[in-house]
Amino acid sequence: MDIIIKFLVAAVGAGTPLLFGTVGEILTEKTGHLNLGVEGMMSIGACIGFMVGYYTDNFFLALLFAAIAGACSALIYAVLTVTFMANQNVTGLTLTIFGIGFANFIGIFVLNKSPEGTLKLPERITAAMRGIHIPGLSDIPVIGELLFSYSPFVYIGIIIAVICAYYLNRTKEGLNLKAIGENPGAADAAGIKITKVKYINIILGGAICGIGGVYCSMIINGGVWISDNVGGLGWIAVALVIFANWQPSYAILGSFVFGALRVLKYYIPQSVFPFPIAFYDMLPFLMTALVLVISSMRKSGRINLPAALGLNYFREER
Amino acid sequence: MSNSTENVQNEPFARVIKRAELSAGKTTLLRLSAVLLSLIAGGVFIACVGQNPFVIYGTILSGAFRSMMAFQGTIKLMIPLLISSLGVTLAFKMKFWNIGAEGQIIFGATCATFFALFCSGMNHVLLIIVMFLAGFIGGGLWGLIPAIFKVKYGTNETLFTLMLNYIALHIVSYLRDGPWMDPESQGFPKIARFDKNASLDKLCGIQFGWLIALILVIFVFVYLKFCKQGYEISVVGESQDTARYAGMNVKKIVLRTMFLSGGICGMAGMIQATGSDITLTTSVAGGVGFTAIIVAWLAQLNPFSILIVSFLFSVLEKGSSVVQSNFGLSTDCADVLQGIILFFILGCEFFVRYRFVFRNKVPKFNKKEMEG
Repeated sequence: MDIIIKFLVAAVGAGTPLLFGTVGEILTEKTGHLNLGVEGMMSIGACIGFMVGYYTDNFFLALLFAAIAGACSALIYAVLTVTFMANQNVTGLTLTIFGIGFANFIGIFVLNKSPEGTLKLPERITAAMRGIHIPGLSDIPVIGELLFSYSPFVYIGIIIAVICAYYLNRTKEGLNLKAIGENPGAADAAGIKITKVKYINIILGGAICGIGGVYCSMIINGGVWISDNVGGLGWIAVALVIFANWQPSYAILGSFVFGALRVLKYYIPQSVFPFPIAFYDMLPFLMTALVLVISSMRKSGRINLPAALGLNYFREER
Repeated sequence: MSNSTENVQNEPFARVIKRAELSAGKTTLLRLSAVLLSLIAGGVFIACVGQNPFVIYGTILSGAFRSMMAFQGTIKLMIPLLISSLGVTLAFKMKFWNIGAEGQIIFGATCATFFALFCSGMNHVLLIIVMFLAGFIGGGLWGLIPAIFKVKYGTNETLFTLMLNYIALHIVSYLRDGPWMDPESQGFPKIARFDKNASLDKLCGIQFGWLIALILVIFVFVYLKFCKQGYEISVVGESQDTARYAGMNVKKIVLRTMFLSGGICGMAGMIQATGSDITLTTSVAGGVGFTAIIVAWLAQLNPFSILIVSFLFSVLEKGSSVVQSNFGLSTDCADVLQGIILFFILGCEFFVRYRFVFRNKVPKFNKKEMEG
């Protein structure tokens, strides 16, 4: 029992960066733009957020700057694909390569300047990121640990996902956004300011991805900077969007399931399932591939894929 | 806004109109100026980290050519990049987003390694040929998997090929930690160095992979330009409906092209493992599969331009390793610069096809543009 609770808690922790990435990408894809640069935006957010946290020792500032960095990198994407109508796949990929390179470059650059030879976050900010403890609530057995013991990131992520779900399904702006993703021509004719809405949402999506990135650099490795700290999570997030059927609320569940896959190897005794470690490392990617195949085979049912995803909109080409 | 007329208020600040086709010279000029701008932007970035951009650029250039050995190192970097760029070009021409070159390189290398490890007693020439075939078929099969699901169920190939990258990577780490672990490494997880018999020969001081890469440049050029199959790829890429209407078997073309595309990438992996690394590691692809996409795109999917661009990128990579040792800037600098260059080129492609018209300026249509 105890180990199951520990496993679930670890799964939520491991799924949190995926949650940010997935929700950010859902917002982006709802504009009809497939941004394959999630990994890059997360890396840039991870790097800038970490460095701000390292120098200022302020958790809030670190989050803020991670979001701003993510937003700025999404802005590059938005300018190139919305205004300049560049190929979305290639632009996203370039953003990924650029972002990872940029993050590693800055990481090593700062590392070389640090006197200790490592970059470790100071004590105060680490304390701010540690699991919360609400007297009374967190002390309830089982429930307290399962619901009230996580790092603030987890709650921020869930709140953002819930807000996005509300935004997409219940507000006028959200519905306008979805209309653009489905049929930009019709949305344009209806008087929606397409370019503006696209920019806003792509940038917001980037900001959310940036926060997910800073989780990777500040928490996963215990507050020590290492290169490539996002390590493919951004790509899983892109795939999770399909798993979540473009719904932020499903993204919460989906990312925790994939989080569970990521930590499975620490909780399954080798004596029960003698799989090699490499198999467990492969598992999230294997599952993602399976999800892709299964969701494409399932022709019936409601699939929320924006109809205009991946197509650039040029008003004169209607 | 109060002093402007209503008509002007309704007009957006700037709008986009199509322009008549630019002449080849103007297009080239536009692209060159984009590259120049990107180098300036890269220079600003370098200046931001407190280095003199001219010195850094100079070091990159001289670093790649400073000695025969450095030049050979540049070519060594170029071989897998060039071959895999050619590989992804085939798929991209078909608008099949194969970003799985990384996985195809790894799996091709893995298949070739099997023969290098367990059949090293074979006749040398025969063994090399067998390994080439193994690399080709291995990479091809790895590329075929997403293609099969694409034609059958419409599975998103971008993400599927990407997931296969990581799956291939973990297959190698499994083999390294388990069945293929070097028995003489005393528990340190690595795969044994290949027998001399199973490593590629040298030609002019560099492994002869460069010759194969050059042959492949010609092959891909001829295949795309003068073969029926190459023509079919372009038609499928432009419009699947047109291809179907013309009686082409689109599914077959997609499968065949992806097998070839993956196969060429697999050969790149085989050449890297047996020619440069002389063993199989998890970093056999080392991001080359992704850089190849940038190269192919920058070169506009033209095999000869790919040759040039991949050479320039290798200079950049090799040069940044010199920058790393001289100035302590990490080699990731190359990735940043490559990203910036492609950003600018992607942006500049817009100006080849469109132009902005600003408010208050009545667009002057000349006759040519009205037609375009």
